[in-house]
Amino acid sequence: MLKPEEPATTGADLLVKALIDEEVEVVFGYPGGAVLPIYDSLFKQNRLRHILVRHEQAAVHAAEGYARSTGKVGVVLVTSGPGATNAVTGLTDALMDSIPIVCLTGQVPTHLIGNDAFQEADTTGITRPCTKHNYLVKSVGALARTVHEAFYVARSGRPGPVVIDLPKDVLMNKHEYSAPPKVAVTHKSYRPQTQPDPRKIEEAIELIASAKRPVFYAGGGIINSGPKASKLLTQFAHLTGFPVTNTLMGLGSFPASDKQFLGMLGMHGTYEANLAMHGCDVMINIGARFDDRITGNLSKFSPNSKKIHVDIDPSSINKNVRVDLAIVGDATLVLEELLKGWKAREAKGQPLADQKALKAWWAEIETWRARNCLAYKPNKQVIKPQYALERLYHHIKDKDHYITTEVGQHQMWAAQFLKFEKPNRWMTSGGLGTMGYGFPAALGVQIAHPEALVIDVAGEASILMNIQELSTAAQYRLPVKIFVLNNHYMGMVRQWQELLHGGRYSESYSESLPDFVKVADAFGAKGLRCDDPAKLDDTIKEMIELKHPVIVDVIVDEKENCFPMIPSGAAHNEMLLGPDDKQSSKVSEEGMVLV
Amino acid sequence: MSKDSASVAHTISVLVANEPGILARVVGLFSGRGYNIESLTVAETNAKESQSRITIVTKGTPMIIEQIKAQLDRLVPVYRVRDLTVEGPHIERELALVKVKGVGEKRVEALRLADVFRAKVIDAKSDSFVFEVTGNTDKVQTFIGLMESLGLVDVVRTGIVAMSRGGEAL
Repeated sequence: MLKPEEPATTGADLLVKALIDEEVEVVFGYPGGAVLPIYDSLFKQNRLRHILVRHEQAAVHAAEGYARSTGKVGVVLVTSGPGATNAVTGLTDALMDSIPIVCLTGQVPTHLIGNDAFQEADTTGITRPCTKHNYLVKSVGALARTVHEAFYVARSGRPGPVVIDLPKDVLMNKHEYSAPPKVAVTHKSYRPQTQPDPRKIEEAIELIASAKRPVFYAGGGIINSGPKASKLLTQFAHLTGFPVTNTLMGLGSFPASDKQFLGMLGMHGTYEANLAMHGCDVMINIGARFDDRITGNLSKFSPNSKKIHVDIDPSSINKNVRVDLAIVGDATLVLEELLKGWKAREAKGQPLADQKALKAWWAEIETWRARNCLAYKPNKQVIKPQYALERLYHHIKDKDHYITTEVGQHQMWAAQFLKFEKPNRWMTSGGLGTMGYGFPAALGVQIAHPEALVIDVAGEASILMNIQELSTAAQYRLPVKIFVLNNHYMGMVRQWQELLHGGRYSESYSESLPDFVKVADAFGAKGLRCDDPAKLDDTIKEMIELKHPVIVDVIVDEKENCFPMIPSGAAHNEMLLGPDDKQSSKVSEEGMVLV
Repeated sequence: MSKDSASVAHTISVLVANEPGILARVVGLFSGRGYNIESLTVAETNAKESQSRITIVTKGTPMIIEQIKAQLDRLVPVYRVRDLTVEGPHIERELALVKVKGVGEKRVEALRLADVFRAKVIDAKSDSFVFEVTGNTDKVQTFIGLMESLGLVDVVRTGIVAMSRGGEAL
């Protein structure tokens, strides 16, 4: 209820107050006509920090990096029209990877909406399919309530981006403030299911206990559920002794150094992970969504397994792969129940997984592991990209570090060669595959963790997609390191052209590249270059020691391809292990049309 | 895999918050994900709670239908999604306005058939009728078919509204 003594404030002031009440510390944004009142309110306070990016897409990616490395909601503020449309790629990225974002967009005043006014765009229309939900606030009275609801929607259930479109008159009109509700909001129609059905847990325990060749397949849902979920997964895996594989999004949810870890699975996953998926009899999917990069050919995907699927989003279940047992719920709560059930079973002396069979399964896995699928041919003359990442990892592993990536070969190599021991340390654009993601995301991470070593593993093509953010890095003295694996090609495009299009490298050569050392210099950052394997260690050390934003231009082997690889349309047991591993048959027509 | 199994029409009832953009969300979901809409009706059904009821007839394999329901249920302003086709007996109705132009024997025959189908005459001129016919899709379809040779000039249909049988609410 309104307190009479509370003076009415403008919509913009209400908005800032609401953000502070939602415990927002940082807003990533870019000003413009429609959001001037908000920028005026920001100017008059010092609780909220605003980070000025150089392009609105970068604002969203920075907020994503912030959100993924902290578990909090990332906040974006952009103006109407082009501000909002520039944010669309970031919003879609956040939707695909389930990242909690609240994006405030300016809008022309309500009386001008629909008149093709200056910098008007139908923002709620444009962002409807690329957000979890969006709002157009039509009166200042609804503003504070909408902001609180938006934060709730963004972070609860399967997290995602939420847009609040704010017409300028709404920002300037006056109204009393309403604080966020003290008790957890119960939304009238939106009620995500987080607590699992106990009967399903029992069934799952039965199935898990009956396993002879089990595998845990854990994804980004574990990360999104919070660090506790990762601890519980690790506990459960240790208790059962089952092997664990992670999706690209799930890296860090299980310690990479653990001997039960099989590495990443999927198109560029390890041999042992993919064969374990193919040959398992019980698959326990927690927080992953049977993405096409994971499953390969659906009709040949893990043909002989019973599949358990734990997901907070019922629409992920039976979407691509029909499962035998679906558990809808939050990964932490589900894992808690599973652990309880498993321990109770142990206490009662009921049979647990067949230890003899499990031993035989591990023996089989070890033979796959012995293939050493990530091996590459070392070279003394040119830097192999894999070698560069191995050396990078060697120098950062004992430091408090966070990794982001752009998209392409370097991204897959980073996933393969950098080891993640903890959740929230690995930020990559998994679902949408957005080139230009990694650098702004790294800025967001660095804002959240000022003392940490934040590295964007990049390619020379990707980094050019948001290179303007060097200016942001310089302005806020963010010592982000950009580790460019420069092979003078859009490497993944070139790799596919080599494998699928007869080596016709159509438009995939990175022509007219800038001198990255000079680029860094021009922006007030530091630039380093290395093309000699013998000098790589020194370069990496220098990069780490510099207290500036740094671009390291690592000139790597132009023709190196990313292996292992499941070619399009193939099954997990039809992997290519290296350049000498010729495809038994040409990629099928059916495979060609897949991306 | 059930993805290969046959497509079946399902009638789905969706209770939603009556707010701007809700229909666009539902329709956008269908077009964006490549689902079919055979028929769609929407109107406010509870003014006090500001709720609307959408009835959608869609076709798909069991796996697709399951997806459609899960995707609809995931929309923030959606209260409930019910698949009337699988949840027991239900009734479906639609209404059509059918304009027939003609004189003499054909005009008499049209009127006679309208009587058989319990269609009401809601507009009459010396050389035309507008009939209002209500019923399930089959009946409406049959009536329109019969009018074709009798001077049919225009048809408008509401699409299906549906409700479960018995005392239970949605």
